[in-house]
Amino acid sequence: MNLHEYQAKQLFAEYGLPVSKGIAVDTADEAVAAAREIGGDKWVVKVQVHAGGRGKAGGVKLVTTDDEIREFADRLLGTNIVTFQTDENGQPVNKIFVEACTEIDRELYLGAVIDRSTRRVTFMASTEGGVEIEKVAEETPEKIIQAIVDPLTGASPFQGRDMAFQLGLKGKQVNQFANIYMTLARLFDECDLSLIEINPLVVTSAGDIHCLDAKLSIDGNALYRQKNLEAMRDHSQEDERENQAAEFNLNYVALEGNIGCMVNGAGLAMGTMDLVKLHGGQPANFLDVGGGATKEAVAEAFKIILSDGEVKAVLINIFGGIVQCNVIADGIIGAVKEVGVAVPVVVRFEGNNAALGVQTLAESDVDIIAAVSLTDAVEQAVKAAGGAR
Amino acid sequence: MSILIEKTTRVICQGFTGSQGTLHSEQAIAYGTQMVGGVTPGKGGQEHLGLPVFDTVREAVETTGADASVIYVPAPFAKDGILEAAAAGIKLIVCITEGVPTLDMLAAKASLDAQGVRLIGPNCPGVITPGECKIGIMPGDIHLPGKVGIVSRSGTLTYEAVKQTTDLGFGQSSCVGIGGDPIPGSNFIDILEMFEADPETQAIVMVGEIGGTAEEEAAEFIKSNVSKPVVGYIAGVTAPPGKRMGHAGAIIAGGKGTAEDKFAALEAAGVTTVKSLAEIGNTLKRVTGWA
Repeated sequence: MNLHEYQAKQLFAEYGLPVSKGIAVDTADEAVAAAREIGGDKWVVKVQVHAGGRGKAGGVKLVTTDDEIREFADRLLGTNIVTFQTDENGQPVNKIFVEACTEIDRELYLGAVIDRSTRRVTFMASTEGGVEIEKVAEETPEKIIQAIVDPLTGASPFQGRDMAFQLGLKGKQVNQFANIYMTLARLFDECDLSLIEINPLVVTSAGDIHCLDAKLSIDGNALYRQKNLEAMRDHSQEDERENQAAEFNLNYVALEGNIGCMVNGAGLAMGTMDLVKLHGGQPANFLDVGGGATKEAVAEAFKIILSDGEVKAVLINIFGGIVQCNVIADGIIGAVKEVGVAVPVVVRFEGNNAALGVQTLAESDVDIIAAVSLTDAVEQAVKAAGGAR
Repeated sequence: MSILIEKTTRVICQGFTGSQGTLHSEQAIAYGTQMVGGVTPGKGGQEHLGLPVFDTVREAVETTGADASVIYVPAPFAKDGILEAAAAGIKLIVCITEGVPTLDMLAAKASLDAQGVRLIGPNCPGVITPGECKIGIMPGDIHLPGKVGIVSRSGTLTYEAVKQTTDLGFGQSSCVGIGGDPIPGSNFIDILEMFEADPETQAIVMVGEIGGTAEEEAAEFIKSNVSKPVVGYIAGVTAPPGKRMGHAGAIIAGGKGTAEDKFAALEAAGVTTVKSLAEIGNTLKRVTGWA
């Protein structure tokens, strides 16, 4: 789960990290009032969306007058902003963050991730602030400075000082940076984070280290013990169908194609999409009904798949491990009757009660194509959707 | 021979009296697994499925001499369950539970490594040595005792590989689901090393998926350490970047972890790759020359 910048900075402020004074608002009037309250004569206004690349897309602006603030808010609130990280529809702008302007001397990068290879929380810093870390890693990997957190002892201040010196920080900045490092390590642990990115972390013209941006992601598996953070979830930034699916413990990801896929198990669901592509078709979605799919889950999955108008055929691939195929067959029949399916449905059953499942479908009055093998199922679905492209 | 588990492996179940623990322990017993008891705190002294229930893993191990434990407890308690099993002297822990917080696994894995304890999972179907011992949620009847070692990050894809190798009559030495989480207790390399050393295993099927670099690391390992034929399949060619595909660990992040990269790494290591998951068995047949 991702947080907005204003939410991340609120959390930073609670942890005593240096952030600018800022207020998140919903309207142009509030934006002007927020600038008054913050004080000064220069502010930065930023759209709050779950996507990077806001600056280049015109979603961040330095402003000095009420009119400029109002113009920015009126132009962007209620619209969708498209950045290089979003799809062509962009992300909806519902909030704007008004922040005091910071005079910058140097821009740095500081981030933390869980490194899957070393199985450690790993911090990365670089002197290339404002640049994407992936780009730095690819083009100038020697510029990335790492600190690995020991799972037994936690982070140590020396690691922060070491990074600070390597970044060329001086005097009071060294301890300021080390403190930020130690605090972020604590935040990562206490909030079950999976990612921190401060890009840029800046040295102000007064010579202080300051968090100018903040991006946080929280481990979805840990939300049950991070209720305060879960309450910050902004559903408007997420795909509606994905959320609807999640309510029924289904994993759904929308794609561009026209063959709706319903599969049990995440790996098999991906494998089925790949097979559709391999046979010249285009999968419309990833949908995992789970290892223990129920009749209800199957019915719900059907509705979600069919809510995508592009779908020209549905491919159901079930390997009955825990689940019994005849139970799934009942679910399919029920769903087809309930929602009324106008496109061809191809079903492949394997495993528990597969033959009985096929028989159940054959004896029902719903029109379903029963496939004899996985390859056959995919070929039939591709054909039903209008053939290979 | 086989890897990790065999006929004589004595298994206890943590979360024994819960619905998952009950269902899968029943099936394990029916398969012939030496289930010797279970643990549910507060229910010690009771009997369940004809086996003794204990309050702690320590008591269960002392009384039954168990050497492996399978965990079905809910995700918030999985780390505790894993550490309890390790502290009681269990040397093989299989954690089926899905949804364990990543930082819990980070800490648990560091502790297990220090204690020399093997963990399979979490978020996995488990381990099976066909005809001998089944620990986990896989359907027993699709397996056949035989000569193929199967290791996979996905449950249902493992079943596909099992089915195909059973249909062709090759059978399996052991099958290990290492799980779909970003921090698995055991990785491909751990299992490949065991398959290479196991005389029963004559060929290996490795099923990977997008996310992380475990397949690339496995490819490096295979290049210099595995002499047996390996057939590799990777799921997620069509997965869009930045989206989590069901498994917590199945995500292409920052351009890393794509199926293309993984296929390329495996091919460079001499692994025969399969682009269609329906062709795993046939490809194995071609590579090995088995009838």
